[in-house]
Amino acid sequence: MLDFLFGQLVATHATFDVVTLSDRTTQALAEDPWLAAGYALLGLAGVGGFLSLLGMALIYVERKVAAHFQCRLGPMRVGWHGMLQSVADAIKLLLKEDIIPDRADRVLFLIAPVFSIIATTLGLILIPMSPSLQVVDLNIGVIFISAVSSFGVLGILLAGWSSNNKWSLLGAMRAGAQFISYEISVTLSLLVVTLFAGSLQLSEIVQSQQDGWWIWRGHIVGLVAFFVFLIASTAELNRPPFDLPEAESELTGGFHTEYSGLRFSFFFLAEFINMFIASALAATLFLGGWMPFHIGGLHTFNGLMDLIPPGLWFAGKTTFIIFLIMWVRWTFPRLRVDQLMRLEWKFLLPVGFINLFAAATLVITKLYFFPW
Amino acid sequence: MNSPVEHKPSNVEFSDVVTHDSGRKTMTLNMGPQHPSTHGVLRLVLELDGETVVSCRPEIGYLHTGIEKTLESKLYYKALPMTDRMDYMSPMSNNLGYCLAVEKLLDIEDAIPARAKWIRVLMSELTRINSHLVWLGTHAIDLGAMSMFLYTFRDRETLLDIYELVSGQRMMSSYFRIGGLMMDVPKDFDKSIRRILKNLPDRIDEYEDLLTNNRIWQMRTIGVAKISAENAIDGGLTGASLRGSGVKYDVRKAFPYSDYDKFDFQVPVGVHGDVFSRYQVRVYEMRESLKIMGQALDGLPEGPYIAHVPGVILPPKPDVLSKMESLIYHFKIITDGFKVPRGSVYVPIESGKGEIGFYIDSDGTNVPNRVRVRPPSFVNLSALPKMVEGSLVSDVVAAIGSIDIVLGEIDR
Repeated sequence: MLDFLFGQLVATHATFDVVTLSDRTTQALAEDPWLAAGYALLGLAGVGGFLSLLGMALIYVERKVAAHFQCRLGPMRVGWHGMLQSVADAIKLLLKEDIIPDRADRVLFLIAPVFSIIATTLGLILIPMSPSLQVVDLNIGVIFISAVSSFGVLGILLAGWSSNNKWSLLGAMRAGAQFISYEISVTLSLLVVTLFAGSLQLSEIVQSQQDGWWIWRGHIVGLVAFFVFLIASTAELNRPPFDLPEAESELTGGFHTEYSGLRFSFFFLAEFINMFIASALAATLFLGGWMPFHIGGLHTFNGLMDLIPPGLWFAGKTTFIIFLIMWVRWTFPRLRVDQLMRLEWKFLLPVGFINLFAAATLVITKLYFFPW
Repeated sequence: MNSPVEHKPSNVEFSDVVTHDSGRKTMTLNMGPQHPSTHGVLRLVLELDGETVVSCRPEIGYLHTGIEKTLESKLYYKALPMTDRMDYMSPMSNNLGYCLAVEKLLDIEDAIPARAKWIRVLMSELTRINSHLVWLGTHAIDLGAMSMFLYTFRDRETLLDIYELVSGQRMMSSYFRIGGLMMDVPKDFDKSIRRILKNLPDRIDEYEDLLTNNRIWQMRTIGVAKISAENAIDGGLTGASLRGSGVKYDVRKAFPYSDYDKFDFQVPVGVHGDVFSRYQVRVYEMRESLKIMGQALDGLPEGPYIAHVPGVILPPKPDVLSKMESLIYHFKIITDGFKVPRGSVYVPIESGKGEIGFYIDSDGTNVPNRVRVRPPSFVNLSALPKMVEGSLVSDVVAAIGSIDIVLGEIDR
C-alpha cells in the first residue's frame, strides 16, 4: 500500500519505476479482468473525486490566503476555521436555480461549461503526482496537455457568445485573443524542457531530472523558461493580473456574467483546477515533479533526499507555485487589454524564441550541468 | 413594451448597433447603474468600436434624494443632518460648508470662537483623509488591486473611531453646529488623533510602495484619461481633478475660511493631468492634511466651543435648567428655529472631492427659500466624456475612479 503511494524506492542509486494506473489496468487485464475493472474504476472515481475535492480545497485556500494578505481572517464560521465553507458553498451552488437567459442561444449556453470542465479533466489525468500516482502516461504528454488546455477556451468563447450579453461578448473576445496569444509562450517554454529532457512523456521528463532540476541544470535558460511559463500560464489561467476576460470591475464578470448555480460552478471549478494543472506542470517540468532534490554525483545526499516520499515532493512544489500565483493575484493591479497583448507579442514571445534557441545550443553542446 | 416614461436622450440613439455615415459600425453599451465600478448608481452609455470608446454619456438621477428641495422646508438647524448624506464620504466638510453659509447670512462669523474653528479645521482634514482613503481603495479595486481596498478601509476605521468619539456617530456625524460645534471634544481626543498622526504616514508609504512604483499601476494610469489645464478650467473642475492638470487652485488658499490662513501647508499640483497625476495629488494631500491636523492639535486654543448668540444658538444646558430667559430661548429655538435676515450667500469650501459651495437664499423666515449646492462630483463628472473618448473600456473605469465622484452628491 505504501508502495502504491510513495513509489518503489531504491535507496542506493535513485531510480524510480513509473507505474501508471492505465499500466496496471492493462497488466491486470490479462490475468484478472475484475482487478482491471477495479483499477479502471479507481482511475475514474479518483479523477472525479480529486477534481471536486481539489476544487473545494483550492477555493478554501485561496480565500484564506487572500484573507491573510488583506489583514482579515477569511471564512471562520462553517467548521473549524471555516474548513467546511467550500462544502457549504458547493451545496448552495447545487441548489441554486439554473437560469438560462431568454435570448441566450440555449444549446451553446448549456454545453459551454461542459467544454471547460472536460478540457480540465483531460489535463488532470496526465499529471504525474508520484511514480505510481498517475492515471495515464502518454508518450506525447506535453503536446497533449497544451492541446487540451486550448480546448478550454472554446467553452469560454461559447459562453460569451451564447449569453447574448455585451459584457460577456467583450469578455469572450478578450479571452480568445489572450489565450491564443499566451498559448505560444507556454508552448515555447514547454519546448525548452522537452529539448533538455529529450522526451515529451511527462514521466520521462521527471526521470530526466534525477541529477538536478531543469530550472537550474539549464543555466539561465531554464530559469527564463520557468518565468515565461509562469507568466504565460497565469495569463492562460485567466487569473489576475491577467484576468481580463472576467475583470469583475470592468466587465461585471465577463464571459460568465449570465451563468449561475451549477453551470457557473463548472467554470469556477475549471479555473481552479487549471491553476493546479499549471502549477503541477511547472513543478513537473522545471522543479523535477515528484523527483526529490538531487545533485548529480552526491549519492549520500541524494539518498537522504530520497527518504522524503516523491508524493510529498510533488505536493510541496505544486503548493509553492500555487501560492506564488495567489500571491501575485492579491498584490498586483490588472493589465489593460492592449498592454496584455504588447507584453506577449513584444516581450514574452521574442524572449521565448531566443530562449528556445539558447536551449537548443545548450543541448547540442551538452553545456548544462551534470550532462552524464 | 408599455413604459410610462420614454427614456430617450437627444444625441445618441439607444439602438444596439449604430451605423455611421462613414460605414463604421459601433455598439452601444450600457454601463451601470448596476456596475461594480461606477461608484454607486452612475450610468454611462458608451458607444464602442471594438473596445475603443467612441462616445460616452453619463446618465445621472438614479440616486435622487431631493435633499436640496427638502432643505427648503426644514428649519435652519434641522437642515444640517441632511447635508451629511450628500457626500457621505466627507460628512463634516458638508456640515462645515452649510454652517459657514448660514453663519454668513446671520452675520455671526466674528462670534465663532477660535476653538470651534480649529476643531472644525482638524475634523475637516480628518474627513479629507477619510474621503481620500475610500477613493484610494475603490480606485485600486477598479484597476484590479483588490487588497488595497481592505488596507485603506482598515485605516479608515481608525478615522471613523474619531467620528464616533466626538459625535457618537461613525458616518453621519453631524458634529458641527451653526455657531460652532455640538460639544467639546472628549478627553481621549488628543491621544487618538496623535495615534493617527503617528501611524498613518507609514501606512501611506506602504500604499505608495504597492502602487506608485508598480509597473502595472503606472501603465494603467500614466497618460490615461488626460485633461488639459484649459479644458479642466473650462469644465469648472475643482479639487484634485483640477490640480492634477497643474492648476493651483484650492479654496483653502484662495479664499481662506475658518482660520485656514493660520495653517502652514502646501497645495500639491500635478503636471500631466492624467490619472496618475490625480492619484499623486491626492496621496500628497493626505500627507498635507496630516500636517494640518498636527498643527491644529498642537495649537488648539482654549475657550468655548460654540458662539454665544442669544436667540440663534442654544444656550448652555445648565442655564436652561436654572434661568428663565435661557429656558424660553431654548424652547423657542427648538420649536420655531430662528429667523435669518433676508439675503443670499454663496460660501465655497474645499472638500475631499473639490469645491463644494452652498448658496442659500433667505426670505427672512425661519426656513431657507432656496438652498443650492455646488457639488464638486457633479461638475467633475462632466469632464468624463472628454477624458475617455478614444480610450478603452478599461480606461473608463480608471477615469471614473480618478475623478473621485460620489453619487449621493451628484443626485442631491
